[in-house]
Amino acid sequence: MAKTRVIEIDPLTRVEGHGKVTIHLDDHNNVDEARLHIVEFRGFERFILGRLYWEVPVIVQRLCGICPVSHHLAASKAMDSIVGVDRLTPTAEKLRRLMHYGQILQSNVLHFFHLSSPDLLFGFESDVAKRNIFGVIEAHPELAVKGIKLRKFGQEVIKLTAGKKIHGTSAVPGGVNKNLSTAERDYLLQDIAQMRGWAQEAVDIARGYTLEHMETVRGFAAFNSSHMSLVREDGAMDLYHGVLRAIDASGNVIFDQVDYREFNDYLMEEVRSWSYMKFPFIKRRGNLDGWYRVGPLSRMNTAGFIDTPLADEAHVEFRASTNNQPNHMSLAYHWARMIEVLHCVEKIDELLNDPDLQGDELLLKGERREEGIGVIEAPRGTLFHHYRVDENDQVSFCNLIVSTTNNNEAMNRAVTQVAKAHLSNRKSITEGMLNQVEVAVRAYDPCLSCATHALGQMPLDVELYDAQGELLERKLRS
Amino acid sequence: MKKRIATVSLAGCFGCHMALLDIDERLLDLLQSVEFDRSPLNDLKKFTRRCDIGLVEGGCCNEENVHTLREFRRNCDVLIAVGQCAVMGGLPVMRNAIMHSEDPLRECLETAYLNSDKIYNPSNRIPNDEALPLLLDKVYTLAEVVKVDYQIPGCPPSGDTLWYTLSALLAGKPVELPYELLRYD
Ligand code: SF4
Repeated sequence: MAKTRVIEIDPLTRVEGHGKVTIHLDDHNNVDEARLHIVEFRGFERFILGRLYWEVPVIVQRLCGICPVSHHLAASKAMDSIVGVDRLTPTAEKLRRLMHYGQILQSNVLHFFHLSSPDLLFGFESDVAKRNIFGVIEAHPELAVKGIKLRKFGQEVIKLTAGKKIHGTSAVPGGVNKNLSTAERDYLLQDIAQMRGWAQEAVDIARGYTLEHMETVRGFAAFNSSHMSLVREDGAMDLYHGVLRAIDASGNVIFDQVDYREFNDYLMEEVRSWSYMKFPFIKRRGNLDGWYRVGPLSRMNTAGFIDTPLADEAHVEFRASTNNQPNHMSLAYHWARMIEVLHCVEKIDELLNDPDLQGDELLLKGERREEGIGVIEAPRGTLFHHYRVDENDQVSFCNLIVSTTNNNEAMNRAVTQVAKAHLSNRKSITEGMLNQVEVAVRAYDPCLSCATHALGQMPLDVELYDAQGELLERKLRS
Repeated sequence: MKKRIATVSLAGCFGCHMALLDIDERLLDLLQSVEFDRSPLNDLKKFTRRCDIGLVEGGCCNEENVHTLREFRRNCDVLIAVGQCAVMGGLPVMRNAIMHSEDPLRECLETAYLNSDKIYNPSNRIPNDEALPLLLDKVYTLAEVVKVDYQIPGCPPSGDTLWYTLSALLAGKPVELPYELLRYD
């Protein structure tokens, strides 16, 4: 396969990690297929073997500095099972929940304001020099400051519950090692009304963008798929705990009320030679049709309702915009993400007013078990941690399906669709067209280092192939 | 003239970049005296000109990391290894030290992609496409590959630590971290 023409976008920017896309053309220079490659590999599942189980929650979060709390908590949930605890004390569960809501708040806000808003505010093909958070700070300082402060609030919640803003240490097998003092509580409560107002504004911006650009949104990386998430048993959205529910493209239930400890009976991962990121699928539907999406958009589709009033109202409106049918538009992820931000602020408010957080029963212990599975709704979707621990307390097996991996097939389809629409049959390819491809990837807020169980980056590299597999162009994006 | 800063994440988790954003509103102050050149926070994929300061997160685990690191060294007056991964290898370096193993990298790959009933891999192949950069035999720290001017510890260093470091450098003062900011976790 001789290479004659490749276009590289290297590295993929304003997402976490490194990505690479290859685009294959047919005889008429039309895009046939595009692939998102994950090019980093770390081997976490191997080198965690032999470590002591209580180290895992602090080690594993180093997979990802954007959503460390999710890994910290998913691993802790798995290790709760290892130490024989199925139900935490109210103080422990609520402290962890508070931490998790802080996490989703900061991560979703970061993605929207710091990473994606330049595309939405300035346009997908706008000036590359301005198309970033620094440009937003210059052009819309008031908006930028709100984003910065909303994220800061989330980070403060994490710091006071986890001990540190990034890579905290408070969740331990069987519970937590601190509660929330009244001084810490009062410090956070000071700002809550302000944050609620800003979160509502953020929802308005994202909704406004989606509805005003409906034509673009409908035609940009929109495709039918199944959706999966945890939900509370009564169908409410629950970001910390629940049962697994999957629906098909028309909204019919594929499975529901599934105990997440059984997830291996429902899901399997396929290995493809061109990416270190695996392709999970719903076993029952096979490796070709079994793919699905996760994350904010999917959670809006799977949840029957949201148990906080403002976010629920926003959810009703979101659902109504597609006549209560599943929403399949990649760009609608942004709106969904902001509804979750509002939900998190409401939940944080609720928890800060709960005296259980000042309780002093932090830790439980039960009968030691060999196997532990922890699942949580991370900012980017359902996150699975599965471990076995031997009689010397050493980890003997580990498998993770991280949120972004669940969206692997969907991101590949998004890239293919946008590449077909914007790169097919062109004489030359501009920086702006390439950013369209990135906008499609970005909608999923991928955490690409997580996705390889790796701490790192992948370049997004666009290569154009003709029908004979000849590489047509390789151009560095500058 | 504004100073130019470039940033990159090699084999890191992005936590060090997040810590940089943890300077919060001080970002606005920073932008008074600084412009960002290539960085994952903007869409500049290559150096547009020489930079005063290069911030590098993460160590080197594949050939591309090495290439990027050398490019940073060539283009930056002051090169800073930010965080535990850049300074000492961090979590990824654990793959160098799998006990009783002749070939730790292969073991990692086999554990991840073969040998499991949870995986559908009929061809039983480890990903090997030419699109994927070559993995290095082991994970290297920055100082093993290029000359590094400053090493800032912490996983990650806090936003305050990074703010302190940058403020000192921009003011042309020596970087001497106060005791409470000099931490390794
Ligand atoms: S030093 Fe810590 S925070 Fe920084 S990249 Fe490495 S693991 Fe992430």
